[in-house]
Amino acid sequence: MGDRPIIRVQHIVKSFGTIMAVNDVSFDVRPGEIFAFLGPNGAGKTTTIKMLTTLSRPTSGSLELDGLDVTTHQTAVRKRFGVVFQDPSLDSELTAWENMDIHGVLYHVPRHARRERCEVLLRMFELWERRDDLVKTFSGGMKRRLEIARGLLHTPKVLFLDEPTLGLDPQSRNQMWTHVRNLRATEGVTVFLTTHYMDEADRVADRIAVIDHGRLVATGSSAELKQQTGTDSLEAAFLALTGTTIRDESATAADQMRQVARVWRR
Amino acid sequence: MNVVFVLWLREVKKYLRSRVQIVASLGGPLMYLGVLGFGLGPVFQRAGEGSYLQFMAPGVIGMAVLFTAMFSGIAMLWDRQFGFLKETLVAPVPRLAIMIGRTLGGATVAVLQGTLIFVVTLIAGFRPVSVLTVPLAFLLIALIAVVFAALATAIGSTIKEMQGFQMVMNFLVMPIFFLSAAIYPLEGLPRVLAALTRVDPLTYGVDGMRGLLTGRAHFGVAFDVAVLVAVGVLFVAAGAWRFSKIEA
Ligand SMILES: Nc1ncnc2c1ncn2[C@@H]1O[C@H](COP(=O)(O)OP(=O)(O)OP(=O)(O)O)[C@@H](O)[C@H]1O
Ligand SMILES: [Mg+2]
Repeated sequence: MGDRPIIRVQHIVKSFGTIMAVNDVSFDVRPGEIFAFLGPNGAGKTTTIKMLTTLSRPTSGSLELDGLDVTTHQTAVRKRFGVVFQDPSLDSELTAWENMDIHGVLYHVPRHARRERCEVLLRMFELWERRDDLVKTFSGGMKRRLEIARGLLHTPKVLFLDEPTLGLDPQSRNQMWTHVRNLRATEGVTVFLTTHYMDEADRVADRIAVIDHGRLVATGSSAELKQQTGTDSLEAAFLALTGTTIRDESATAADQMRQVARVWRR
Repeated sequence: MNVVFVLWLREVKKYLRSRVQIVASLGGPLMYLGVLGFGLGPVFQRAGEGSYLQFMAPGVIGMAVLFTAMFSGIAMLWDRQFGFLKETLVAPVPRLAIMIGRTLGGATVAVLQGTLIFVVTLIAGFRPVSVLTVPLAFLLIALIAVVFAALATAIGSTIKEMQGFQMVMNFLVMPIFFLSAAIYPLEGLPRVLAALTRVDPLTYGVDGMRGLLTGRAHFGVAFDVAVLVAVGVLFVAAGAWRFSKIEA
């Protein structure tokens, strides 16, 4: 059983109207692996994580987590993962401590362990002194740190981290990756992460999948991707796989602006 | 169980922390009490209906409970916008527990606000006929609170935009208030209005309170309670169903 993939994604599609956010993607993640999901803005990374974390349903295709169908066994699946979302999900009208505590209760962490681990994590991310302050008084990076500390409060089988280090200083980033690697080593946690920092992915990930325009374009270790593309850094390999054009919303918005400008000039 | 409790506590804590909001939300009911209570008082008296303040105090309390309970639906939209809703939706707990915790929290806040207005009406000169029925009146306040907090949950789970909720406030909450006989008697109404008042759950809440606090109920307190319980069950079920369907 040990070799059964902990996450199995088969031919999933997610469309929003005419946009194919995820278009026939398949991959497996092995237990205990740190798996990086890379891709340019709007590639479909967050959409995939939302489907894997039961927040939205795929248009078609199948998703399995720990052998369970994600769309039909939602509660059982939710017991097995933890997630740090790309977008904020804290209650800014509560204190840091209260946010941690509610999370502990939601994830059935026993009271005593809850206290202890909240303290350890808040200290680790240097939020202990500010634990009784309302989150709305925190800086952006502090909020992000709290979000991560909260995500690490319980020990799930699979940890989803959607751009966890966005906006974090180097100290906090190091702290976080060290802790995540420890978790993997001691508890065998599988980590599924996305990031735009290629050096980070290169350093922590065992395997990498690259997605672009909703389609998977490559999978393999960092070394394999470099070899496949004949490049000597992950960043170069990433650019070789996904091209150098910008393709996020701002690009389309800029296109539209140009269109409008053209119309006006007439 | 713990889950229900922490989510309930969250709503109550946030209410107690928002002093400004508490004071601000006294404005509406106070205005009705002041302007209508004292403005229409003489006419009401001349029509042989007795003291208007006595009559409308339960209505104003009902109004405060209605508005505060419905406001918990807006709180849900905020939670959606600021992301906290997601945090609860992916947690390994039944959606029903989350929904119950939130709804009871919203209802509790509405009861607290209703209590505050109750005190204000007492200061303004409202006199319940008996002290003994006051605790029972709180049962009615609680029922009204649950009915509308559950309705707010159902609506908050369905509507995603703030503007949408603004519409709900204008086209649902205001009519619920004005059709509830909170500010006029149920006797001798034109037929259409009479029919409309009877499909408005708040009518029964206000009527029950009025029966208990002033001894003047149109339907009878037992009937009022029965209707509220039935509607409450229906709305909680609807809220639970809508909440279970949320995707983020
Ligand atoms: N709720 C939605 N409604 C419509 N389109 C959506 C929705 N969510 C995502 N999309 C679209 O799906 C595509 C993929 O978005 P997604 O958020 O998955 O990208 P991403 O890879 O996480 O990008 P980023 O690196 O910018 O976070 C984009 O084109 C986006 O506009
Ligand atoms: Mg994303």
